[in-house]
Amino acid sequence: MPGVRAAKERSDVVVEIGGLPIRLRSDNPAFIRQIQERYAGYTDTANRPHFDFDIELAPPGTESGDEELRVMWNSGRWLMERGDFRAEWNPSTARGRIEQTMNPYSLDSVLRIVHTLLLARKGGFLVHASSAIRNGRAFLFAGVSGAGKTTMARLAPPDAALLTDEISYVTRQDEGYFAVGTPFFGELARAGENLRAPIECVYLLAKGTENKIEPIAGTDAVRGLLGNILFFARDPKFVKLVFDAAFDFVSRVPVRRLTFMPDSRVWELIV
Amino acid sequence: MNNKRYVARSTAIAARALGDETMVMSATNSTLFTLNEVATLIWEAADGATPLEEIVENKICMKYDVAPEVALKDAEGLVAELAGHGLLLISDQPIPRSKVVAA
Repeated sequence: MPGVRAAKERSDVVVEIGGLPIRLRSDNPAFIRQIQERYAGYTDTANRPHFDFDIELAPPGTESGDEELRVMWNSGRWLMERGDFRAEWNPSTARGRIEQTMNPYSLDSVLRIVHTLLLARKGGFLVHASSAIRNGRAFLFAGVSGAGKTTMARLAPPDAALLTDEISYVTRQDEGYFAVGTPFFGELARAGENLRAPIECVYLLAKGTENKIEPIAGTDAVRGLLGNILFFARDPKFVKLVFDAAFDFVSRVPVRRLTFMPDSRVWELIV
Repeated sequence: MNNKRYVARSTAIAARALGDETMVMSATNSTLFTLNEVATLIWEAADGATPLEEIVENKICMKYDVAPEVALKDAEGLVAELAGHGLLLISDQPIPRSKVVAA
């Protein structure tokens, strides 16, 4: 019966970010379509899923106003909850469950958390930074909200491939670090290109009256990077993994301060 | 009466030395601290078994030209601050090794 088979095919979708395919299942085909549209460019994978999440949709309006995020390791599984979702994930069984309303931002938050946990085990991390590939090398522009991440993305020249304007995905591979495109976007409201490249440099953003680059070394570099890394889990092992990754990263990748005026000439320095 | 105070590095932290400084991050709230050279000496000696007074005397006063009472007062302020953020444990009894993280 083709109609039944078609309906079943629409009940799951695999979202692959950073080479980690995650299958998302729901009995609501409309929500699966919404996910396919939201993560376009990251769902066309032939790779076998590493993890499965079943999504249980709650009726609209059942969210609480609690904005505090809690991520805890408990009895062999990660528990994640905020007012708009509750999720659990067992890395041993590679299965998880998400309770949320039909809000794509809730799923986006869960995916970000899951990827930080997965990346930490491999020496990587997510960082508040826009990023782009130019001449085969990736450049990260890190900073808190308002520092200019999206501005740098908007000003990027045509030969730069934008990976994200909000959350950069940093992976460790052999002796180097790579930036990977993500669908996690900010004000630009556009997913990054699904590409990867070795990281040439991390720029800590500062707005100013001229465009200039200054080196940052030692504890200042580590502090600047750590200040922008996403720490969702309040778990000593997790924090230590990410903390150590930041030190290793700074020993291999230059960290510099980029003071810039908001016009396209700043990109003349990014080569 | 034993007025000795013992200090120990909490296990709920991540720490690493870089040059003369040490960076310490709380695992409970991701707050980051940078300890200067003197604070690093105290941090590294905070093994839960050595009294703070002895740490100050052997690690600080032997290396720097500072009066013991001044150095101790500064050290007490430092450990109180770090303990307030959950990075150090303070006790009037030696602290078991199981509750101390390696330097």
